[in-house]
Amino acid sequence: MLAEFLQYLIAGVTIGATYALVALGFTLVYNASHVINFAQGEMLMIGGMATVALLALGVPLPLAIALAILTAALLGLLLHRLAIAPARQADVVTLIIITIGAAIFLRGIAQVIWGRDYHSLPSFSQPEAINLFGATMYTQSLWVLGISAMVVILLALFFARTAVGRATLAVCMNKRAARLMGVRVEWVLTLAFTLAAVLGAIAGVVAAPITLTSYDIGIMLGLKGFVAAAIGGLGSGVGAIVGGLLLGISEAMTAGYLSSDYKDAVAFLLILLILLFMPRGLFGSREAERV
Amino acid sequence: MVIPRWIPGKVSGMPLLIAVLLLFPLTTGNEFHLDIATQMALIAATVVGLNLLVGYAGQVSLGHAAFFAIGAYGSAVLTSTYGWSAVPALLGSAALVAAIAWLFGRPLLRLKGHYLSMATLGFGIIVAIVINNEGWLTGGPDGMAVAPFSIFGFELSVFDDYTLWGVEVTGALLWYVVAAFLLVVAVWIALNIIDSPIGRALRAVHGSEVAARVVGVDTAHYKLMIFVVSAIYASVMGSFYAHYTGFITPELATFEHSIELITMVVLGGMGSTFGVIIGAVLLLLLPQLLADFQQYEMLLFGLILMLTMIFMPKGLLPTLCQLFTRVLDRSRLSARRRDET
Repeated sequence: MLAEFLQYLIAGVTIGATYALVALGFTLVYNASHVINFAQGEMLMIGGMATVALLALGVPLPLAIALAILTAALLGLLLHRLAIAPARQADVVTLIIITIGAAIFLRGIAQVIWGRDYHSLPSFSQPEAINLFGATMYTQSLWVLGISAMVVILLALFFARTAVGRATLAVCMNKRAARLMGVRVEWVLTLAFTLAAVLGAIAGVVAAPITLTSYDIGIMLGLKGFVAAAIGGLGSGVGAIVGGLLLGISEAMTAGYLSSDYKDAVAFLLILLILLFMPRGLFGSREAERV
Repeated sequence: MVIPRWIPGKVSGMPLLIAVLLLFPLTTGNEFHLDIATQMALIAATVVGLNLLVGYAGQVSLGHAAFFAIGAYGSAVLTSTYGWSAVPALLGSAALVAAIAWLFGRPLLRLKGHYLSMATLGFGIIVAIVINNEGWLTGGPDGMAVAPFSIFGFELSVFDDYTLWGVEVTGALLWYVVAAFLLVVAVWIALNIIDSPIGRALRAVHGSEVAARVVGVDTAHYKLMIFVVSAIYASVMGSFYAHYTGFITPELATFEHSIELITMVVLGGMGSTFGVIIGAVLLLLLPQLLADFQQYEMLLFGLILMLTMIFMPKGLLPTLCQLFTRVLDRSRLSARRRDET
């Protein structure tokens, strides 16, 4: 009984941590530009797939991971510079459609390069699984949790301690005031898109040994990351993390105790309930609109 | 560029639309072309409804495919499994969709922000999952067959031939006429809503919601009404689509399909009823044109979508109209100057 519960809990927290990273990416871009970046899930796919491809070329794992994350970072940067920035005058809905176009484009590229098959990544360390109070735990789960926690801490330090991080926060709070204070807003927006891509790619790499990866996993994982961000109130960093973990755990429990057919529905049921009963999300701010 | 004087500066869309719809079957006797045109007309009518929401209430639905699918599956299940006739099945499904839209819209449209988008996204994906999983009702991933549309004992099937007033007509052509008629009615209703007090109130909402509210427009109420109407559009067209194709799959309800519908609106030009029809036609033509590129299809589709939105953020028709008016003005101005000197 307990072992079973523990098993589901570990699985839930692990997948929840990757949702949290993706959700943080959504939150970052949303706060800085009010754009919902639907290409976020594709960064996760690029992270996993590029690592698999580099590994197949004989590149050692740590280097392959670093290069894959770098690739995603470059794509995030290009996404903003080439696709979002030139259309900055446009309606937010138009910008969102551009990110959807970018997502389809990236998926198309991945399909041309890597085909439609599922690929797997070896676990980062041996043994692959250990026994914990009767529950089987993948050691990869520890990697996922450790790396996610580290990323969150680094991100928090970045926003609290560095000038660039504070400039980003300033842009999120008030674009015009930030510009008047000498912050280069366009530069910060590019940074937000790049950082979001990095977060997505990290989530994609660490989760790939558990979930497998293919050219189209970005759609579902991206959407769930978005739901996690929305549960947290779309715009709150802490909310994104809590939302991600909550979503991961509810999903694992549903799959374990109720029905694995409806595992994917949990995220979307959760968001409907939250919207109907506490529409600002768990951590959303109550803000007045300025006229 | 000099533009001849007989070209009018403004063309009204409705006669043009009717003319194009009437002329199209004369240009082709090909059943395949007719089939694509029929599907296009039904989807275009859906998008005309969605445009009311996006273009006039400033709200985005990421789950319109679900409303379309509920219409389609509602009609399919009620007619095939429960033996209802087509019209009550269509109306019943539309009533269900209206109730659902009202239920979500009422609390969420009072709030400002992406809340309706999130809710429709969530609802849409749940509908897709349910259709996939409840095979006993919907046939699951394999899809289900749908009986032809019938009214007063008259059965309209693509595979039959009919004699109307002594003229031989194929079922395919007859269905095209029905779909074209539905599109014209859909546009006519949409234009009337836009020109009604509701439409005016909605345009005020889009301009400045706070200002609209200050002068006494019940913004939430109007947005809710338009959301319900646009959902009904999708449901009704979904019902017809199901009867027309005779076979439906869960593909209809997917998130990708919702995104496709929204993309048609934005591509054609938000708020432009005739623009979004062009958006629908182009987006449905694109896969046909790109089919030759096989594995590059997805890549090219994404690229074209991105580039169009980057360089024509207002959408195709409004951008082209603007361009045309500018060229026309310049041409007329220089012509007048020539006359004066």
